[in-house]
Amino acid sequence: MLNPKLKLNPKIFNDDVEQVSIRKGFGEGLVLAGEQDKNVVGLCADLTESTQMNLFAEKFPERFVEMGVAEQNLVTVASGMAAMGKIPFCSSYAMFSPGRNWEQIRTTIAYNDRPVKIVGSHAGVSVGPDGGTHQALEDIALMRVIPNMDVLSPCDAVEAKKMTIALVKTGKPAYLRLAREKTPVITTEETPMQIGKAEIYWFPDVGLAQVGIIATGSLLHRALLAAKELEAEGTKTKVMNLSSIKPIDVDAIISLAKECKAIVTVEEHQIAGGMGSAVAEVLAQNFPVPIEFVGVRDLFGQSGTPDELIEHYGMGKNSIKEVVRKVLKRKS
Amino acid sequence: MEKSGSDRRAAEFSKFGIILPMASLTEEKVLELETKANDIRESIIEMLLEAGSGHTAGPLGMADIFALFYFHILKHDPKNPSWEERDRLVLSNGHICPVLYATMAYAGYFPVEELKTLRKFGTRLQGHPHRQYLPYVENSSGPLGEGLSQAVGMALADRMNSSVSFTRGEQSRTIYCFMSDGEHDEGNTWEAIMLAGKNKLRNLIAVVDRNNIQIDGFTEDIMPLELLADKWRAFNWHVIEVSGHDFKALNEAVEEAQAIYEKPTVIIAHTIPGKGVKEFERDFHWHGKTPDKVEAKMALNELRTLGGKIKSEHQ
Repeated sequence: MLNPKLKLNPKIFNDDVEQVSIRKGFGEGLVLAGEQDKNVVGLCADLTESTQMNLFAEKFPERFVEMGVAEQNLVTVASGMAAMGKIPFCSSYAMFSPGRNWEQIRTTIAYNDRPVKIVGSHAGVSVGPDGGTHQALEDIALMRVIPNMDVLSPCDAVEAKKMTIALVKTGKPAYLRLAREKTPVITTEETPMQIGKAEIYWFPDVGLAQVGIIATGSLLHRALLAAKELEAEGTKTKVMNLSSIKPIDVDAIISLAKECKAIVTVEEHQIAGGMGSAVAEVLAQNFPVPIEFVGVRDLFGQSGTPDELIEHYGMGKNSIKEVVRKVLKRKS
Repeated sequence: MEKSGSDRRAAEFSKFGIILPMASLTEEKVLELETKANDIRESIIEMLLEAGSGHTAGPLGMADIFALFYFHILKHDPKNPSWEERDRLVLSNGHICPVLYATMAYAGYFPVEELKTLRKFGTRLQGHPHRQYLPYVENSSGPLGEGLSQAVGMALADRMNSSVSFTRGEQSRTIYCFMSDGEHDEGNTWEAIMLAGKNKLRNLIAVVDRNNIQIDGFTEDIMPLELLADKWRAFNWHVIEVSGHDFKALNEAVEEAQAIYEKPTVIIAHTIPGKGVKEFERDFHWHGKTPDKVEAKMALNELRTLGGKIKSEHQ
């Protein structure tokens, strides 16, 4: 059952569940952030509509800087603005920022300790027809290995909006991962969101869970669908939304592993170095259990519809269920 | 001769240790700056010998410009380093930090004795400047091509805060960026140049250390930059070319830059790499090489006797 304490969207399992893009949540959140704090500024590398920063640019034109297609400049100029007390949000596609400008982010933002928020939209294969060069599958890995860098991956537009607003006050560098497609709204305004804290969104109606499913991003919805079906088939699971990859909720992950004794991670990202790896690092050091990863297996993306691609690369609902059964067999 | 308005203000503020910019350069002041620059050059040699690694040619070449800025041009207060209204000096080519550190020490930011800790474990004087260790520098640096962008960001932020900048008089604040010629090879540099030109950032002044060398050789052999001035002009900057060792000309260049309203200004300062030590001058091998004991002794002797012109008490 869905965790009633979290006041999740009751229509999660309906066919007509509301679908909003995660990037739109960011766009709306940035406007609210701008209203709350006059030091919030926006910078964009020629992708204002795609990254939804156009909403901020229209509301606060004097606080928006169009950077053109120059992602290295995007983040280094933001660093300079932060040196003067601004709270910059800079947006582009994840493949270009942090893909292209990774060293500038490391040196001028993380090492230099400037509270710049790097917003990488169009992450994952669900970018769709644009194809592999535009589908960032390595960005979580790239950003979590940089010291002094928070990494956030919201599950839906509502969480993205809250995270955007929360980032204003952290006073440190952060990476916010967004997606292109309209995806189901899972949370509501009342659902708690705290950077560094992971909540259980689904648990068995009765009894202990046999497998813990840890998901991040919009794939959380498919993980919930899988959990519901597995429950009906007699397999009890708990589903955790790991939207804060760094700082990571070590206690919650260990707690889940102690109860379930088997973990499956789910992310729209390479298995190498992503959220699953972060979870494995926690468990290997504290409470090793069998762990299986759902993600892209060392391949580039390609053109297709988002649904086609997610299925093709083994991240769909049925793939998740298969992997849950696989890890169950490893429990002994 | 009657003191100018800016001279009177400078005298007023110097009582509080605040160095106000843009008083005119008297002969006396020029002599003071020459002495300071020479002290800085000596310290550079001493600290590089002690450190055993680092960069020699760039720091020696830039000693005059650093002396001029820290002892005459910059609006700053070494005793109050986070003074909000201070000018910002962004050093983009952070590898020449020996000259930055030496200048800042003589200006009173930290003890001159600390210079010998350069590059040592636990030092505040990291091999390339790091804000987290030495809080008086405006940016951490090392990788090339990133400083001008940060300076552009600072200038943009100032323009957004209309109460601080964009006005004439004592309230106006300038963002300076010191860059090398070699780092023009980096694409990031040109992204910054383009954006500054687009936004007509008149509160931004870049100074290029045009010493014609980089690691593998002369810039014009490795990656030719000429016609450099034309390139900057094409991106809508005002360009001034000047000798990097002529205090009066440099000062006039900065005054001219301050008066330009429609564009940011770049001062292309022609310097001699290794300036001050004949043996090192114009030799690109001294870019990333440090003097050994013998070479340092020779260099210090030359600096202390002003090239044999005077007797040194150290002889």
